[in-house]
Amino acid sequence: MTRSNASTVSPLRPTGVDPISVLDSPDKIKGLVCRECHREYPAQPIYVCEHCFGPLEVQYRYGDIQTHISREKIAAGPHNLWRYIDLLPVSPRTLVNLQAGCSPMIAATHLGRKLGLKNLFLKNDAINPTHSFKDRVVSCAASKALEFGFTTLSCASTGNLANATAAAAAKAGLQCVIFIPDNLEPGKIIGTIIYGAHLIKVKGNYDDVNRLCSEIAGKYRWAFVNVNLRPYYAEGSKTLGYETVEQLGWSYPDHVVVPVASGSLLTKIYKGFTEFHKIGLMDKAPHTRFSAAQASGCNPVVHAITQNHDYITPVKPITIAKSLAIGNPADGFYAKEVVKQTGGAGAEASDTEIVAAIELLAETEGIFTETAGGVTIAALKKLCAEGQISKNDLTVAYITGVGYKTQEAVAHIGTRAYSCAANLKAFEELNIVK
Amino acid sequence: MAVSVRIPVPLRNLTGGQEMVSVDGKTIRELVDNLEQSYPGFQDRICDEKKQIRRFVNIYVNEEDIRFLKGVDTEIKEADDISIIPAIAGGSTAWLTGTVGR
Repeated sequence: MTRSNASTVSPLRPTGVDPISVLDSPDKIKGLVCRECHREYPAQPIYVCEHCFGPLEVQYRYGDIQTHISREKIAAGPHNLWRYIDLLPVSPRTLVNLQAGCSPMIAATHLGRKLGLKNLFLKNDAINPTHSFKDRVVSCAASKALEFGFTTLSCASTGNLANATAAAAAKAGLQCVIFIPDNLEPGKIIGTIIYGAHLIKVKGNYDDVNRLCSEIAGKYRWAFVNVNLRPYYAEGSKTLGYETVEQLGWSYPDHVVVPVASGSLLTKIYKGFTEFHKIGLMDKAPHTRFSAAQASGCNPVVHAITQNHDYITPVKPITIAKSLAIGNPADGFYAKEVVKQTGGAGAEASDTEIVAAIELLAETEGIFTETAGGVTIAALKKLCAEGQISKNDLTVAYITGVGYKTQEAVAHIGTRAYSCAANLKAFEELNIVK
Repeated sequence: MAVSVRIPVPLRNLTGGQEMVSVDGKTIRELVDNLEQSYPGFQDRICDEKKQIRRFVNIYVNEEDIRFLKGVDTEIKEADDISIIPAIAGGSTAWLTGTVGR
């Protein structure tokens, strides 16, 4: 896969997907099922089990999907996440296509050398339409919103999701109402309003915003991408898992390091790996160890991992990594379980370590990531130092957002700029050329 | 002493479709007991077989999660705003075991 192929998609099929050759929703989805008590529900815009309040998850017809999918068909598909549409819970007839997905997998030789890793790769998912992995999940949710006949798209967000939802709503022609905590970075606010969305700044943290949106979703018939559409929305993250395997030449990495906010991303990358085996695209089950990265100021999942707790204790977030600042992570329990089952580990990073890691990544690999990426790289560094990752392990670290949205975190480096008069002598007196 | 409780959509079939109900109680525990008296079946829906609040159910007093207060022993006053809200995906069992906040 190379990103440059994106421009070759036929204008007659703007999604790059031929509706005739792929499965429609009823052909691949049985319905929804409660992850806890296993009660089944029809595929509707609902997200909790009416009996036990457990989360609902999409149930697929894997047998039918298996007969319909192949490595060759995927390879011949569009250069975006819809190449995996047979494994996503959306209809090919209502796709909202912002060309999300198929982000670069970069061999990080310089950073690897610094950390003592010979096979380090970075999945740079900042290369997406609104510069974060949220374009993947929103692509699924917005498509599903059209399929269900909604006219308003909404979300609770720490910023990146707000940008992605607003952009997708614009593309889909839907009204958009976005709810965010009132302390987000200006870049994320402007990057939402620009798409014509109504942006509501809520006094409180993300968990307060989430609670409000749950109440609003109970009253208004809106498509909240991460509330009533969450079972479908979350499936979009699987495509990061699929791409990882495909880009590594149809092989699994030995170790992955994933930033954890709600915990959904980590569990869905794992699900992507296991589904490829389940439907026969991979001969073996994944052997990959999954490690979780969180900020020290918001570490409920890493705390549960390192303390070997069976439960997640919520925290009040205090961290510069606002996109990971979810104190009561919705999928935290399941993320912890994946880490435990795969023999992974957890690592956390202080604000100082996050900033240092952002600079380290930029200076070694030319990638300017946001604070969440700083958390991932700082955690990767710690896991290497602790011996959790061996030098020959084929390791993938996920960079999920771009640094230009959160420049405040590294604003101090602006003082490193030089000034000089506009003449050669003044320049040479700076003595910066070795 | 009666307080107003906001009922989530999945439980409104028990309250005759009412979004807000008025219930007596000095603590969350008493409130849940009285909700069961007024709306039979309520307790089974939000509590597990050990009569503990289910891990995917969040209860807020004046916008504060009771996990950061005193769990089911959190005291409530007449003017308090009580909300029962399903967790969006997962949840926590920490407060059931007495580990409240950190």
